[in-house]
Order: sequence, then C-alpha cells, then structure tokens
Amino acid sequence: MKLILAGCLAIACQGAMAADIHEATLVIQDHRFEPAELTVPAGRKIKLTVVNNDATAEEFESYELNREKIVVGNSRIIVFVGPLEPGRYPFFGEFHMDTAKGSLIAE
Amino acid sequence: MLATTILVFREVLEAALIISIVCAATRGLVRRGYWVSLGVVLGVGGAVALAFGADRVANSLEGVGQEIMNAAVLMAAVLMLAWHAIWMARHGRAMAEEMKSVGAAVVDGSRPLRALMLVVALAVLREGSEVVLFLFGIGAGGSSAMAMLAGGAIGVLAGATVGVVLYFGLLRIPIRHFFTATNWMVLLLAAGLASQAAHFLIQADWLPALGTRLWDSSWLLSNESLFGQTLRTLVGYDARPAGMQLLFYFTTAILILTGMKTWGRSIAEVSPAPP
Repeated sequence: MKLILAGCLAIACQGAMAADIHEATLVIQDHRFEPAELTVPAGRKIKLTVVNNDATAEEFESYELNREKIVVGNSRIIVFVGPLEPGRYPFFGEFHMDTAKGSLIAE
Repeated sequence: MLATTILVFREVLEAALIISIVCAATRGLVRRGYWVSLGVVLGVGGAVALAFGADRVANSLEGVGQEIMNAAVLMAAVLMLAWHAIWMARHGRAMAEEMKSVGAAVVDGSRPLRALMLVVALAVLREGSEVVLFLFGIGAGGSSAMAMLAGGAIGVLAGATVGVVLYFGLLRIPIRHFFTATNWMVLLLAAGLASQAAHFLIQADWLPALGTRLWDSSWLLSNESLFGQTLRTLVGYDARPAGMQLLFYFTTAILILTGMKTWGRSIAEVSPAPP
C-alpha cells in the first residue's frame, strides 16, 4: 500500500508541475462571497483561494464541485478544482447558508 | 436553530455510524466499552485542540495542510480497520462458537480493541473539529447563541440515535453469520475511507484525479441527501467520484480481502480442531 502511495505521489508531483493552472480568488465578507459569480476558464485546473475577512469560521462547500473545506476566521485557504466542463457550479458557506451563496461559472 | 441541528447532525452522523460498526465488530471482546469510550473522549479532546490549531494546519504545506491531515487521518483509520478485518478472519469463527456456548463476553482481544479505539478517536476527531469551529462561531455571535447551541445538542443526540439504531439492527444478525457480516462492513468502511482520502489528496493537488468526474449519479442519489451520506460512510458511495478514488477503493478492498484469505486460512490449517 505504501509503495503504491509513493508511486502515485511521484506521478502526481510530475502531473501537477506540468499542468496549466488558473488562479482565482473569492473573498468572504459579512458572511457573503465577493464576487458572488466568478468566471473561470473551462478545461483547466483551477487554484481557488478563498479569503475569509470575517472573524468567525466558514466552510466553503460545493455539491457540484464535490468540495468542502473549512476557512478559519481572518484566514485564507486554497482549494484545487476541475478541470471543469463548461457550466455553472454553485457553492455556499455551510456555516451561513442563508447569505453565503455563489457560483463558479466555467466557460 | 433548525439549520444548526441539521449541520451538527450531519457531522455527528458519520462518526456515529463508524462507532456503531466498531461496537458490533467488537462484540464479545472483554472491556470493549472502555476502549470505545476512550476513543470518543480522545477524539473530542483532539477535535477541540484541532479547532484551536485549525488556521495553523490550514496554512501549512502551502495551504493544503487541512487536506493532507484529513487524508493521513483517514489512511491511519483504513490501516487499523484492515488489521482488524484480518485479525477477525483468524479468530471470528472461534469467537462465534464460544459465544454460542457461553453467550457472554469471553474473548480477550485487547489488541484489536486498541486498533479500533484509534478508529473511533480519528472519526470523532475529524467530524468533531468542524462542529467545534461552528459552535465557536455561534458562541461569538451573541443573541441567538443559546437557541443555536440547543439546536446543536439536538443534532448530536439525533446523530447518536441513528448510530444506536444501526447497532441494535446489526445485533439481530444470527451469531453464526454475525462476524462475517461485520467483517464485510469493516472492509467496505475501510475502502470508503480510502476513497475519501484520495478525494482529499486530489483536492490538495497531490494526486491526479484520473478523471475529475467519472460519472454523476446525483440525480439518483446525491451525496448530500441523508441516505446518500449514510451510504457514503457505510460503503463509500460518491455521486461524483474521481478515477483515483475508485483506484483507492478497489485497491484497499482487494488488499484486505487478500489478507483475510491468506492469514485467515493459514491459521485454520495450522491448528485443526482436535478429534
């Protein structure tokens, strides 16, 4: 199992270096995402930075992207997503679901 | 308050399901109550500590420390479960025989209990730290804090109830087939956790996805539905799996099965029953 993992990791490192990664940023302010709609290129891996300017923790989550990750108050995280098919990928903040909503638009 | 209840319930559910499988799988082992409780206590302690250190974890390893820690915790649990499944393949039949004749906790199994104590602790740790962070946020919020904390408590109770129901459901399996059934559940649980570990490593960009989304069965059963989430824990269901997750899932399942066949059989051949 360890050997397999090590082998996979070696392949992964090469893959990650060779890949063409698009970087994008989302900001959480007053339990809202800014921008609420973020356009990203389809067909490329995306390095998404989520900056939380609130004092309390938030959980960045998206069913469509199959991602979830905690963002502690006054902090930032990085989430890798995609490559995506063109389309709309809603996300939300699980700790403040009534206000923290947005979408990633791949085109 | 309802939203709080649901959120906490969802986090507790996964740990509760894992604990009930562990409780069933350790049926008949001496002092299992002690070890399982110790696992819960250590897990809760670890969850609070982890919540305080969450920003440090998140910022380590170029921003993907959270994923790597989750993957490491999951793989540690997979190893412990695999070890337990193989141990049970050797001793399960003897235990069932003994329990049929004596009908009580009889077998000394402190070694598998320690391994499963760790599985419980790691499950509580992973799910618990999110609950702690969420409740801290509410505590800082002020006005409606008490109502929401009450909601959280209801969520914990509801999650624990599902675990208890699963446990007593499993106990209804006839003792002849009992350990075969629980061993299969442990195997599927381990394979599912390995798939989740792969998911985190892809999210961290440490592993290639090998197909970001092999299929999408969320129209049939979504990850976020109650049943989907339950199946995710029990058998590793994912409505939108990446190729690497399937690779981890089946590699883990095949390795455990091979281990069970190899070591489980050899013991039976080495020590035949006296005539």
